[in-house]
Amino acid sequence: MNGPHDLGGQMGFGPVIPEPEAEPEAVGAPFHAAWEGRALGLTLCAGALGHWSIDESRHARESLPPAVYHSSSYFEIWIRALEALLLRHALLSAAELASGDAAPSAAHPRKLAAAAVAATLARGGPSERPIDRPARFAPGDRVRARNMHPRGHTRLPRYVRGRVGTVEADHGGHVLPDTNAHGRGESPERLYTVVFDGAEVWGADAEPGLSISVDAWESYLEPA
Amino acid sequence: MPHDHHDHDHDHDHDHDHDHDNHLDPMAARVRALETILTRKGLVDPAAIDAIIETYSEDVGPRNGAQVVARAWDDAGFADWLRGDATAAIADMGFIGRQGEHMQAVFNTPEVHNLVVCTLCSCYPWPVLGLPPVWYKSPAYRSRAVMEPRAVLREFGLELPEGRAVRVWDSTAELRYLVIPERPEGTEGLSRAALADLVTRDSMIGAGLARRPEGA
Repeated sequence: MNGPHDLGGQMGFGPVIPEPEAEPEAVGAPFHAAWEGRALGLTLCAGALGHWSIDESRHARESLPPAVYHSSSYFEIWIRALEALLLRHALLSAAELASGDAAPSAAHPRKLAAAAVAATLARGGPSERPIDRPARFAPGDRVRARNMHPRGHTRLPRYVRGRVGTVEADHGGHVLPDTNAHGRGESPERLYTVVFDGAEVWGADAEPGLSISVDAWESYLEPA
Repeated sequence: MPHDHHDHDHDHDHDHDHDHDNHLDPMAARVRALETILTRKGLVDPAAIDAIIETYSEDVGPRNGAQVVARAWDDAGFADWLRGDATAAIADMGFIGRQGEHMQAVFNTPEVHNLVVCTLCSCYPWPVLGLPPVWYKSPAYRSRAVMEPRAVLREFGLELPEGRAVRVWDSTAELRYLVIPERPEGTEGLSRAALADLVTRDSMIGAGLARRPEGA
């Protein structure tokens, strides 16, 4: 979707404010308030229940109304999206969320235990999948990022759509976020790194010597 | 006792965890309420949240990536492995897992400077760099890094030499990028640990360079 999250090339957000790297022993780093750490932990624990994918999570964040998205801090976006996911998957009712109260219930069979956190984080969620279709593109091929505007989730940023670039690498099959975010299956597709010349994307306003790459699934691309 | 699940939280007492709930800011209250409900419903274990926070506060951070870079500077065979299969080479050092499942190392050279961004959200290689700094997640960085990276780097105090190409990697899929900065001059004979001390978090994103050793 052409949501508020798709920021490449937008203007008006001001300067980047660097932040010193925390000393390794710094208390509380990397969080700026204690609730941010709780928000991260809640999001990961709720995700571990297995009701939604990381793609559905990302889509829930980018589906926030643009004015809300832009006026929320990063972890506030996470929490708003988490609430939406919990309601959508009926893990929580609107009444419970509004009242802040719920009757005690038995543990979910996949509730993440503290003792399982290390193994769960170490396992992660690899997106690589075997794929037997031949590759449509090969490194060196010229390709155009499709001029597409799906209403649902996609990972093709607007700033490259319609632009011509060069395939640099073929990473094999990966879960397609566009279907996976909507519970329509993993539909693995080949993933390519595609490099665009700065001037192809930004015209005469490009900085000299700039190139930009995106990682694009096969259906995002057409021969150029 | 609406906050009984915080009783275990003795190791990282927070300024709002004691006696002044009236001063909770709205987000702290909102998150606490959600945690309370989800705990009652048997969906989350507050101790698991503690363990996650502890992992990314104490165990996993940019010092991991710094060890990868130092080894790459010090061991040409490892650098080649990192070029060919970064996921395996980095796993060899014990850095694996969430948001680092598919790693790619990109090497700065005198010709090309690499910079990593995620314009769509905040994709970042957690096992080697920890959680991203605020600027990496900010709309200012995400919007501008792909269009005017040199201007962005100037805000970090980094003026790239004229003629140096800039390659920006937009992390739009599940590949996670680690920039291998150039090894600074005057570092011959330094131990791997001393080399790692020169590797900053920002240099592994491309927003800075590795530090020069004192006196060099």
